Amino acid sequence: MTTDVAARRPRRGVWERIGSGQAGPITAVVLALTIGWYLAAIAMNFSGVRDRFERDETPYSVGDVIGGTLEAERPLLPAPHQIVAELSNSLFLLPPTSNRSLVYHGWVTLSATAVGFLLGAVLGIALAVLIIHVRTLEKSLLPWIISSQTVPILAIAPIVIVVLGAIGIRGLLPKSIISAYLCFFPITVGMVKGLNSPDPMQRDLMRTWSATAAQSFRKLRWPASMPFLFISLKVAIAASLVGAIVGELPTGAQAGLGARLLAGSYYGQTIQMWAALFAAALLASALVAIIGGAEWLVMRRMGGAP
Amino acid sequence: MRATWRPSWSTNVNTIGKISPSAEKIIEDAASARPKNPAIDARGLSLTFDTADGPVAALSNVDLRVDEGEFVSLIGPSGCGKTTLLRVIADLEQPTAGTLSVNGLTAQQARLDRRYGYVFQAPALYPWRTVERNVMLPLEIMGLSAAERKERARRYLALVNLTGFERKFPWQLSGGMQQRASIARALTFDPALLLMDEPFGALDEIVRDHLNEQLLKLWDRTFKTVVFVTHSIQEAVFLSTRIVVMSPRPGRIIDVVDCDLPRARTLDIRETPEFLEIAHRVRQGLRAGHAYDD
Repeated sequence: MTTDVAARRPRRGVWERIGSGQAGPITAVVLALTIGWYLAAIAMNFSGVRDRFERDETPYSVGDVIGGTLEAERPLLPAPHQIVAELSNSLFLLPPTSNRSLVYHGWVTLSATAVGFLLGAVLGIALAVLIIHVRTLEKSLLPWIISSQTVPILAIAPIVIVVLGAIGIRGLLPKSIISAYLCFFPITVGMVKGLNSPDPMQRDLMRTWSATAAQSFRKLRWPASMPFLFISLKVAIAASLVGAIVGELPTGAQAGLGARLLAGSYYGQTIQMWAALFAAALLASALVAIIGGAEWLVMRRMGGAP
Repeated sequence: MRATWRPSWSTNVNTIGKISPSAEKIIEDAASARPKNPAIDARGLSLTFDTADGPVAALSNVDLRVDEGEFVSLIGPSGCGKTTLLRVIADLEQPTAGTLSVNGLTAQQARLDRRYGYVFQAPALYPWRTVERNVMLPLEIMGLSAAERKERARRYLALVNLTGFERKFPWQLSGGMQQRASIARALTFDPALLLMDEPFGALDEIVRDHLNEQLLKLWDRTFKTVVFVTHSIQEAVFLSTRIVVMSPRPGRIIDVVDCDLPRARTLDIRETPEFLEIAHRVRQGLRAGHAYDD
C-alpha cells in the first residue's frame, strides 16, 4: 500500500527532496561547519605561513600564503582534509600493530573504557538499588556521591595512578578505575529515578499481592527503570571514554588515544592531535550507538509503543 | 438455572466459614452461607491524615458490615473518604482508631493471605507485559506453575471477553478493554473478595453500561463479595445489593440504602419505578450530607 502511494506521488526535484527530509538540514550544517573551519584554518595559520615566506626571502602572493595555510606541516589549526588524510592513514593504511596506528591506540583506550564502564555500571546500579531500598542512605550517601563528582578528575587521576602503582597495580586497571569514577554517577542518578518511576497504583498492586521486596524489584522496579537505564548508560559510556583518556595523560603512557594526544602536543604535531581527537569522537559515537542498539532490542522485547 | 445446582444452605451448613481453594467450592460456600458470615466487619473506624494544613479526618467513626456474597457500593462526593475506606480494608492505609476484620482476619493478615483482589481507577497494567502476562503476574508472585498460570489466564480472560487479545500489549487495547484485563488480573488468584475503586470512572457512558452488565453477570456467576466505590448513583443502584452513602468533612457514613432489586438485572431495570425510587433515596441521602456542609 505504501508503494502505491509512493508511485502515485509526483516526482519532486532534488532540492525539494533534500529540503524535506533530515538529510537536508544535516548536510547544510556539515557544509557550514566545514566552510567555517577552512576559513578559520586560513585565518589562524596565515601569519605563520607568511612569516616563513619572509624568512626564506622567497617572493610570494596572497594566493601562495592561502595555499600554504592548508598544507602546512605543523599548522595552528589543521584543515579538515589534512585531518581526514591523517585519520585514514593511521586507521586503515598502517598495520594495527604499529605504534602510530590509531587502531592500536584506540584499542588500548577502548579496553580500559570497557572495563571502566562495566565497573562503573555495576557500582552505579548497586548504589541506586541501595539508595531506593534504604531510605536513610539517600540522605547519607547521596551528598558524598555528588561531591565526588565536583572534584576535578584531572586532579584525582595522577593520585589514583601513583597510589595504585605503588601497590603494584599498573596498566589497564588504574585507567579503568578513573573511567569508572566518572561514569558511575549518571547511572546512579538515572537509576534512582528509574527504579522509583512506577506510579503509586502499580506499586500498590504489588502490596495487594503481598509481593516481597525482591519480587517487586524484579517484576516492577527493574523493568520500569529500563528507559532510564539506557539514557544513563549512553551518558556514562561517553564519560568513561573521557575517563580512560584522562587516565592516560598524567603518566606519560606509551599507548592509548590520550598518550597520542599528549605526544602530539609535546612535539607540536597538531594534525596528529586532531586525528586522535576525531578518533576518540568516532569511538564515542560508536559506543553510544551500540548502547542505542541494545536499547532498541530491549525496548522492542518490552513491547514499546511506537 | 442456578437453582438446579445450588445446594440449600441447611444441608451445607458445615461448610460455612471454611475457605476453599477451588472456585467451585467457594461458589458453593457462598451460596450456602445464609445466614451469612461477615466478609468485612468495621467498627468505629477512623483515619486522620496529618497534612501541612493540619489534621484531616478522612474517616470518622465508620461502622460497616458487609456479608459474604454481597455487592456493596460506597457512594459520595469526592473527599468523603470512600476510596480511603476501601484502602483501609485493603490494608493500603492504616486506620488511626477502630477495629476491622476482613474474612475474619485482620486487614493485614487478609492482605498477606491474598484474600482480596483490588481494581484501581486506572487499569495500571504493566506496559512492558502482554495482556496475558499482566494477568499472570499475581500468579507468578504467588508461585504457581507455568501451566497453571497459563490455564488461569486463559480462563479469566475468557470471563471478561478478552480471548484473542492475550499477546497484545496494553497500549494496543482500548481503555475499556484495559480495565477488563485489570479485572481479570484481580480475579485470577480467585479471591473471595473484590475491592473496586471507581473502576469505570474514566470510561465513556456506553462502555461503562456494558461493563456494568458484565460485572453484574460475573458477580452473579462467581458469588464473590464486591465492595465498589463510585460517584454515580445510577451505577450504584444498578449493581448493588446495598448502597452506603458517605459524606465529607469528616468522611462518614450517613445512610445505608438496601437495594432489593432482583439479582439478575438488565439495563432496562433502570427505567422501573423501583429503581428510580432507590435512586431517589440515595440522592436524598447525598443531598442531606451536602446540606450538613453549608
